[in-house]
Amino acid sequence: MTTLTTPYRPQAKVTETTAENYLNVAYGVKSWLLTTDHKRIGLLYLMSVTVMFFVGGVAATLIRLNLLTPHGQLVTADTYNKLFSAHGIVMVFFFLVPVVPTVLGNFMLPLMIGARDLAFPRLNLASWYIYLVGAFLMLLVLFSGGVDTGWTFYTPFSSKASHTNVLPAVTAIVIAGFSSIFTGLNFVVTVHRLRAPGLTWFRLPLFVWSLYSTSIIMLLATPVLAMLFVLLAIERLWGVGIFDPALDGDPLLFQHLFWFYSHPAVYIMILPGMGIVSEILPCFSRKNIFGYQFIAFSSISIAVIGFLVWGHHMFVAGESVYAALVFSLLSYLVAVPSAIKVFNWTATLYKGSVSFQTPMLFALGFIGLFTIGGLTGLMLAALGLNIHVHDTYFIVAHFHFIMVGGMVMGYMAGLHYWWPKMTGKMYSEWWARLSALIIFVGFILTFMPQFILGYLGMPRRYHVYPAEFQVLNVLSTAGASILGVGYLLPFAYLIASLFGRTRSGPNPWAATGLEWQTPSPPPPQNFLVTPHVTCGPYEYALSSEGDHASS
Amino acid sequence: MAETLASSRSYYLVFFALLALTFVTIGLTFLHLGRWHTPIALLIAFSKALIVALFFMHLRHGNRLYWLALGSGLLWLGILMTLTLSDFLTRDWLSY
Repeated sequence: MTTLTTPYRPQAKVTETTAENYLNVAYGVKSWLLTTDHKRIGLLYLMSVTVMFFVGGVAATLIRLNLLTPHGQLVTADTYNKLFSAHGIVMVFFFLVPVVPTVLGNFMLPLMIGARDLAFPRLNLASWYIYLVGAFLMLLVLFSGGVDTGWTFYTPFSSKASHTNVLPAVTAIVIAGFSSIFTGLNFVVTVHRLRAPGLTWFRLPLFVWSLYSTSIIMLLATPVLAMLFVLLAIERLWGVGIFDPALDGDPLLFQHLFWFYSHPAVYIMILPGMGIVSEILPCFSRKNIFGYQFIAFSSISIAVIGFLVWGHHMFVAGESVYAALVFSLLSYLVAVPSAIKVFNWTATLYKGSVSFQTPMLFALGFIGLFTIGGLTGLMLAALGLNIHVHDTYFIVAHFHFIMVGGMVMGYMAGLHYWWPKMTGKMYSEWWARLSALIIFVGFILTFMPQFILGYLGMPRRYHVYPAEFQVLNVLSTAGASILGVGYLLPFAYLIASLFGRTRSGPNPWAATGLEWQTPSPPPPQNFLVTPHVTCGPYEYALSSEGDHASS
Repeated sequence: MAETLASSRSYYLVFFALLALTFVTIGLTFLHLGRWHTPIALLIAFSKALIVALFFMHLRHGNRLYWLALGSGLLWLGILMTLTLSDFLTRDWLSY
């Protein structure tokens, strides 16, 4: 394995520059708020989801600070309930689910398939406004008393007992859900209808395959969540017996419907991250991706099988043992396509000319952390072990390894990979590599102790705990503070790069994708001439200059 | 995409058919049909859904892509109901 030390690669063949790009084509607030350019909408989403990420992050910080001591001296039990609810709701529904499709997907999808825009540009803008309405309403909920049900809104607590802002909170989520549906619809139609000449399905970049799979889940699962919350509202407002056993309802019905959306939602979060990794590994290994079709179809398989496993969230909730057996088996099956991806990524690295620039560091971090998250997921799919660790910190650690260790690392990888394309500017590699390292170390220190805590029996969602768990909790909080620094750093050096003079050029990584065949930042119409695709997306062996398309 | 549009008259007919079926559903609640009550109500609901799908959603005149979209939705509804019922129908067989 050869390690290259060049900071970044020489320019590719497309060196022509254009005076006009999507950033300078028009100025003023109106030109942004009424834009239908997918690139500008991507940036609008970037700012919105970043705000929500920091809101969720503040809640997480307060949770970890409270857990520094066994007696939970920072906040009351009620406030603690509201904090973990706020953290979960904001992070899941307003950051993790939308972030990659709406920011990187919005910006890159048309560029990667050689299109001028998404299929429905105005619907795209509408989806951002709808997201904003949902996000504002959620912020209003949080700052006017909050909600204490957890992000899962389990009944009958949410429908009967909770005296907090349950209905406004679920309304905000339903509104944001429509934004998801519109994005998914837009992506599916765009991939089907707007591919450049010569761009066949098996020449599509794997990030596009992953966005396509994600969109299918968004379209098929999100309406169920909306319907579920309408049913919740009906029971809460008018006392119609749907989930409340006292009214002849069934609380497990709520959990079935909730997880029918929310488990596939995990794949909404992780699949785009997998797509990003599949873009970055070949580029920084200077090799074609190993097993292109296996990786492409494994995305579809994950999207489909991911719909069949939701019952594993209910193993101890009173679910029938026979159903539990079926869900356990199906949960094991979903590991197969995930493992196919990891093995193919590893094979891509084998004998590659690997260089460790920032996107690659984040991508490698993704693989390591996602693998730990995935393997502990298999442990949880086992019925016996699940009963032991159910509702403990083992679960918390497991899903954070997937959602933060996997998804957020993947997002950071993609953001650093495509930042030069989005802005035309190159960030400081030194600071960026340091940030990747800090995030990785901080993450491990935050969540590894939680696996042990959970295995020892510390339940989740309690604001006090026995004194013997304090050392591991202090370690976890220390890790969280390191993690916080790691996340603040990119915020600083990426913004600084905008004011810096280091221009990236059209193709700083000498990558082969179509998006690199146009100037950075791209012109309003994306390509100066319509690209004609003549080979696959990762033909690094054909040309070191990234010559992917002829015009 | 070539597509035959239905006339305004057929839309009005469909609208009134849906209204009529709604009144039938309401009327059904005043009858004492015993165990036939739910199946009949479901049959009416299915008829209404079919009418909406065929006319308002243009499936009657649409191409195969429309049917694919409908088929996907129904397949996923089937998954939701089958696996949920796998719990409900077997819960009494053996408990923890």
